[in-house]
Amino acid sequence: MTLLYFAWVRQKIGKSDEHFDLPEQVKTVDALAEYLRARGAGYADAFSDMKRLRAAVNQEHVPFDALVKANDEVAFFPPVTGG
Amino acid sequence: MIRVQPDDFDVGAEVVALTKGRTDIGAIATFTGHVRDDDGLKALILEHYPAMTEREIARHVAEAEKKWPLLGVTIIHRVGRLLPGAQIVFVGVAASHRRAAFEACEFLMDYLKAHAPFWKQEECASGTIWVEAKSSDDDAAGRWR
Repeated sequence: MTLLYFAWVRQKIGKSDEHFDLPEQVKTVDALAEYLRARGAGYADAFSDMKRLRAAVNQEHVPFDALVKANDEVAFFPPVTGG
Repeated sequence: MIRVQPDDFDVGAEVVALTKGRTDIGAIATFTGHVRDDDGLKALILEHYPAMTEREIARHVAEAEKKWPLLGVTIIHRVGRLLPGAQIVFVGVAASHRRAAFEACEFLMDYLKAHAPFWKQEECASGTIWVEAKSSDDDAAGRWR
């Protein structure tokens, strides 16, 4: 899958996108965030408080219990502040 | 028409473009957002999620078209570094009558604020900070449900 990070999530993780091989046991956005949290200090920091995060799967806003599949594009970002 | 661009835009030209060659339009409502220099702000830096932005805005335009009989919609959102006084966002709505134009314009702006994937950073003398989302923006979008 492709993982995308925006705003301070991108800054904390230190990259804007990456390829990621989805482990079979990871089925939801929440589980994915939990898995990524263990990858290093930047990830742990970015995913420390899920209340401050939002997610999109294949460019649509989703709740954290949404399902993820191996070829999805999953994005993590703070609540939007456009306009 | 939906455009996300670093460049400035001309509100007058956008209104002309909405009405060009049409005689059925009775009302145009427009909203233009500007950068304010609150608390010594030097600039706003806007980033977005390109693939998702236009899709998300197009979805909101389609929703507005279901709610009101609209004859044209233009949405422009700028990205990049913008100085105080600069235009950030434009929503222009054409309809036969004013009520639909006013309401759809406000609806689109509320939805842009609450859902379109843009993020603002404030550049001040002391550095840059990410703008926190306001729950009042979610409330504003929620009242249209």
